[in-house]
Amino acid sequence: MLSRTASNLYWMGRYLERADFTARLIEATQRLAALPSSYGGASNAWESALAATWMTHAYAARGLPIAEAPVSEFLTLDPSNPSSIRCCLDTARANARSVRTALTEEGWEAINSAWIEISRLGVHLDGREALAPLLDLVKHAVSAFEGAAQRTMLRGDAFWFINLGSAIERADNSARLLDVKYHLLLPRGEAVGGSLDYFQWTTILRTVSAMTAYRWVYRDSVKPWLVADLLILNRQIPRSLASCYDEIRRHLDLLASNSGKRGPAHRLASAGHARLGNTDIDAIFASGLHEFLTKFIVDNNKLGEAIAEQYLF
Amino acid sequence: MAAITAFDEMFGSAGAYGGPAGPLFTGDPGAAPAPTSITAAYRSIQSWLDNSPPALMAARRRQAELFFRRIGITFAVYGDPDAAERLIPFDIVPRILARAEWQGLEAGLKQRVAALNAFLADVYGPREILRAGIVPEDLVLQNPGFCLHMVGRKPPGGIWTHIAGIDLVRTGPDQFYVLEDNARTPSGVSYMLENREVMLKLVPELFNSLKVAPVETYPEALLEALASVSPRAGGVPVCVLLTPGRHNSAFYEHSFLADKLGIELVEGSDLFVRDDVVYMRTTEGPERVDVIYRRLDDAFIDPLVFNPSSMLGVPGLMAAYAAGNVTLANAVGTGVADDKAIYSYMPDIVRFYTGEEPILQNVPTWRCREPEALGYVLDHLAELVVKEVDGSGGYGMLIGPHAPQATLAAFAAKLKAQPEKFIAQPTLALSTCPTATDAGIAPRHVDLRPFVLTGTNGTHIVPGGLTRVAMTPGSLVVNSSQGGGTKDTWVVDE
Repeated sequence: MLSRTASNLYWMGRYLERADFTARLIEATQRLAALPSSYGGASNAWESALAATWMTHAYAARGLPIAEAPVSEFLTLDPSNPSSIRCCLDTARANARSVRTALTEEGWEAINSAWIEISRLGVHLDGREALAPLLDLVKHAVSAFEGAAQRTMLRGDAFWFINLGSAIERADNSARLLDVKYHLLLPRGEAVGGSLDYFQWTTILRTVSAMTAYRWVYRDSVKPWLVADLLILNRQIPRSLASCYDEIRRHLDLLASNSGKRGPAHRLASAGHARLGNTDIDAIFASGLHEFLTKFIVDNNKLGEAIAEQYLF
Repeated sequence: MAAITAFDEMFGSAGAYGGPAGPLFTGDPGAAPAPTSITAAYRSIQSWLDNSPPALMAARRRQAELFFRRIGITFAVYGDPDAAERLIPFDIVPRILARAEWQGLEAGLKQRVAALNAFLADVYGPREILRAGIVPEDLVLQNPGFCLHMVGRKPPGGIWTHIAGIDLVRTGPDQFYVLEDNARTPSGVSYMLENREVMLKLVPELFNSLKVAPVETYPEALLEALASVSPRAGGVPVCVLLTPGRHNSAFYEHSFLADKLGIELVEGSDLFVRDDVVYMRTTEGPERVDVIYRRLDDAFIDPLVFNPSSMLGVPGLMAAYAAGNVTLANAVGTGVADDKAIYSYMPDIVRFYTGEEPILQNVPTWRCREPEALGYVLDHLAELVVKEVDGSGGYGMLIGPHAPQATLAAFAAKLKAQPEKFIAQPTLALSTCPTATDAGIAPRHVDLRPFVLTGTNGTHIVPGGLTRVAMTPGSLVVNSSQGGGTKDTWVVDE
């Protein structure tokens, strides 16, 4: 496969994943911000949302108030925010368009029709009523694309590079989300802050659509260390760091099985995978959750760079 | 604007649309004219139109547009930021050619493209046609399309124009003319293929009543033609399609064709040359390339030889080409054959190389470089079409009968300043076809671009081609860059 094609597919996977994450983050934040303050309805909910997308500084530069309307507009339709849903879809589609040949018709249509719909919208969000359908549109488009890819694409380099991109991005997003709330995620046995924090924890779970999953896995009330355990180490949750690294390693292995070549990216992925396999949540808390997540994000970025280098992007 | 009386391919004359033509048009079924031999093939179309209420036609048109938009088949119009990705209007009424008509055209096209290839081999080789005085030497050697780097070269297989698009117009039951030859990088074939796919989905019932020759073999024929000219013997040749990138107006077509051919769609930066061999950069390292179907103009393909500021090309490509390690399709320098000044010599060129009378007619052409012709053109400007000899896409063209007085005067001045840059032709009454418009079915002017493939395995033409239609009432300009649309073209057994 052409290196440029591989790069475009990989980044398309990443941008679609980012768009989906941002949509889910906004939904969860809306819910949290709507709670009365006596239930922990945090006034800083939108601040956290910005932090989770690493957009705190970019947003501050505009001098806008931190409130639902301007922040959600910034995260969805703002053409000058390179991580806004609009820009993610623009870039994903541009990448898809330049490698149109590597996608199936259905895969392309899923991206293209979402792009057509979002490009019809102006740069201003028309109130809250406009937000929900927009977020749905994005989530559906990403699901439709993944479904189409799953059902119609050749199992080959193109498919694996897309999946590799989305797994790397998903790992990054989950880690950032946890890191923004790390001070709320306390180790087992710590006195927890009661119902106030409960809604913060469930917001995290909702952002990754794992609220119900949590109940099924732990059959327990929401405990902060279990939330961390679920999102970091649980292999059943597709957005957990461990799951993402399962995916990353698997797709890198598939790429290697096709070419017969392994390289630095394979070594880094295996190391990352092993780090998640050889630990438990108590050990992570003991060495510091924030430190763990920061290191994870840095390592994950290094892996991204190693992939680009190894496949000559 | 002077009205042009044109031959209508369904009714014989456009007057029928407003007159006693059929129930769709007047509500009087008894008044339909007896079909002539041409309209016979159109009978199914007419009854289909008659039996389609306006609401159904409107729904079909919306469906077609939706289909095109979803598959992303778009065309950029340069200089129009709002239309960075515009749909080319698609008309759902097919254009019909009877098989017998097509066979005549096919023979003429093969003859013409054989002559074009022979002409190119000759002007870059022995130059016999120049020595014989058939075509003036300066017209060839000083032609902007003449490429000095190709002098004395012989592309693999001796083929220069592997993919040619010959624009035909019709003016009467048996009168077809070649309007121009496109020997460089003709585009539009993706529309020919997609239009058929849309029609099959939209009106399957019509295909039951008419036996329509399929066009879907085009990608295979193209791949075979490309593979046949590989410079490396043995093995499966590696073919690629070289595109200027996704900002090019025809990018959709490039990606579409690469997909259908199952070959890589490469940009200049994906290729590199080492020791006069072309490679593409892949995730598994360099891979050798044998044949490049390039959709990039000569001027941009190699910054070391041509336009040094080109970021789109491949440094060293011409050296690899000269060393015979890679085939470019079409060859470099073919522009000298589709120049509009050379066009006027085509009948002589066909006779010179084939020893036969040309099957396809040329439109009578005044070469403004000749003083006598220039005088005539200036005197009759309001009746003529004037074109730049090296122009394309309908840009910079004057249609005398449709031009206001001021434009005529301005053009006359341009002509006097640089007469050698222009040719003039009579304003042809391009045939019309029934076309679905917002106001119902109406006649619109059409042309036809068949695509002629040439490899060492022979010449291949998919039946039909791309019908372009001027969507504006009375307009004769069918170019997509000027608002033209397309129709599916059916070669039908009778």
